[in-house]
Amino acid sequence: MEFKTFVFYFLSTILVYASLRVVTLRNPVHAALHLILAFFSASGVWILLQAEFLAIALVLVYVGAVMVLFLFVVMMLDINIDRLREGFWSYLPLGSIIALLMLAEMSLVLGGSYYDLFESNVPQAESGYSNVKAVGRLLFTDYVYPFELASVILLVGIVAAAALTLRGKRKTKSVSPGQQVFVKAKDRVRVLKMPAEQRD
Amino acid sequence: MVETLQQLLPGFLIPYFNALMQLGHNFFGALWPDILTVVWTVIKVMLIIAPLLLVVAYVTFWERKVIGWMQVRIGPNRVGPWGLIQPIADGLKLMLKEVVIPAGADKSVFLLAPVFAFAPALVAWAVIPFNDVLVVANVNASLLYVMGVTSIGVYGIMLAGWASNSKYAFLGGMRSAAQLISYEVAMGLALVVVLMVSNSLNLGDIVKSQGQGRFAEMGLSFLSWNWLSLLPMFGVYVVSCVAETNRAPFDMAEGESEIVGYHVEYSGMAFAVFQLAEYSAMLMCSTLISLLFLGGWLSPVRFLPDSIFWLFAKIAAFVFFFFWIRATFPRYRYDQIMRLGWKVFIPLCLVWLVIVGCWMMSPWNIWK
Amino acid sequence: MGSMKNVFNSLLLRELFKGMSVTGRYMFARKITVQYPEEKTPQSFRFRGLHALRRYPNGEERCIACKLCEAVCPALAIVIESAERDDGSRRTTRYDIDLSKCIFCGFCEEACPVDAIVETRVFEYHGEKRGDLYFTKPMLLANGDRYENEIAEDRQLDAKYR
Repeated sequence: MEFKTFVFYFLSTILVYASLRVVTLRNPVHAALHLILAFFSASGVWILLQAEFLAIALVLVYVGAVMVLFLFVVMMLDINIDRLREGFWSYLPLGSIIALLMLAEMSLVLGGSYYDLFESNVPQAESGYSNVKAVGRLLFTDYVYPFELASVILLVGIVAAAALTLRGKRKTKSVSPGQQVFVKAKDRVRVLKMPAEQRD
Repeated sequence: MVETLQQLLPGFLIPYFNALMQLGHNFFGALWPDILTVVWTVIKVMLIIAPLLLVVAYVTFWERKVIGWMQVRIGPNRVGPWGLIQPIADGLKLMLKEVVIPAGADKSVFLLAPVFAFAPALVAWAVIPFNDVLVVANVNASLLYVMGVTSIGVYGIMLAGWASNSKYAFLGGMRSAAQLISYEVAMGLALVVVLMVSNSLNLGDIVKSQGQGRFAEMGLSFLSWNWLSLLPMFGVYVVSCVAETNRAPFDMAEGESEIVGYHVEYSGMAFAVFQLAEYSAMLMCSTLISLLFLGGWLSPVRFLPDSIFWLFAKIAAFVFFFFWIRATFPRYRYDQIMRLGWKVFIPLCLVWLVIVGCWMMSPWNIWK
Repeated sequence: MGSMKNVFNSLLLRELFKGMSVTGRYMFARKITVQYPEEKTPQSFRFRGLHALRRYPNGEERCIACKLCEAVCPALAIVIESAERDDGSRRTTRYDIDLSKCIFCGFCEEACPVDAIVETRVFEYHGEKRGDLYFTKPMLLANGDRYENEIAEDRQLDAKYR
């Protein structure tokens, strides 16, 4: 067995285990942590495929930002496991139909070409080839419109989130730090020189 | 790789080395080169981590000395000559202390959190170049890697707060996590500007790109480093680094006199790991500043040779700077921290990003 | 113009650098640390340290069990019980000071009409178990006997201010 293959199976085992735990664990925080582990092993697998930009972006974006916000929400939830387990049987038919549909779709998409992948040789990149540069070039040439569109949608999201927090005029009083820092001692304090008083 | 190892070893060891290689070949057969790679990588990792931990221990000592001097005290001077054994005594004390696990705490996460905080600060060293050749892993996108890895540190803080089963720790964890995320954005934007002018994501290339320019031709290469041409970004990056490492004046996490942070419930070695994480993150940040803005291992003037010594000197200077501001400034209020991050640094970075972009497209581009 | 100057000052962090120059200067200032066990700061003769019960030169204990110190003690650290002695005088049968409660305010000393309870200059004492800092009458008298010379000297020095 080649060393790379060993690493691949090692990471994949962790990935499969972690993904299973994400859906089976009771504690949502533990589930989120296993999701992070799954992301990590997935990025490891991507690095094996020489897609280092995607791998690092996965860690940077999903692990570094998205999952943090997930955890923020999950940690503040007050979770009643008994209530969550209610109605498992009534949801089962609908859930299993969706699961079967997804399974069928996945097998349709992957089925044809998947088994050929083992045979075909992944083109080996020559040294000095930068994945990041290639991705960047594509993003800003062929896919510039979708890219800009996505960024506009994200901007709308930011503006919407900011707008949601605006709740009319502020009723509290506060000092603006911007003005506060410009206050000089001599504007507010007058130092008086007084002759020392004799006391006896 | 066997050849490089042979070159590195002193002459009298080479026969033993060759014998060892032969033994490995006979024993493991075709797997031997892979095993050798793994072993050699582990050795390289050890060669970085062991000195790093020692340096971290002595950075704590140095900090106490420097802050002592600035407060007209003399600092620790009792354990060993000039107090030099103090950090070892501290470490021993912390190891012997009990790790108290609060009632109702999530034990596994509680013990995992310090590891989460500490690991990124160690892992990031893998791609740090110490000079042209001395780097554990010369990754193309090493800067992205550093950013990705250091962004994981926030989990340690959040999980520590949550797992402690204490509302104070939990609120502290939330506070610190929000602070780290905010300043990461400003840091990232400042880095984007650096990437633009050096046209690379590789830390080694970023350093090399700083060695050229008009001033470098005149022999004053320290003026052509990024700090001068990107002065506002340099400032933003340095201050964000201080905020990222939770150091004074942004040390809300510690805040022992006003509010407590995510590690109130920690004691003994678990707490010590948080401290180690803070100090190694500080070293990491100083190294990054030196590499990105201060020309890494490049010598400041032409008549002196480039060497790893310059990198260490720059790191030491920045670590000292961290102590200096800790000894000088009072702690920020939390809303002021967030205001500085979101309302000052991020707009400043965005504006400067556009300015540098225009500058690079103009005929006065100095980064060709 | 003034606002422009303000903006530049805050952008260039002028005040922060000013602050740092102050700490930077003090880094090289002469250090004022007193290396305690080897060096000590001077003490006043009014220093309020470990308590002691004094005796008259003829060996008779001064305390007359008036309980003024017990009454004045803000920390309720003093407990006194009294009884008539064979010769008809009122004396304490119990005089305890819990030094872990005591705040060393010196009120007991001030209240005492016969200068019986005093605070010495001794401050380097410790207890290793619970209860070690609970001083009973014999312990306090022993303190008085041990430090009588110093106590008398300090009273002498303080007398002209009273």
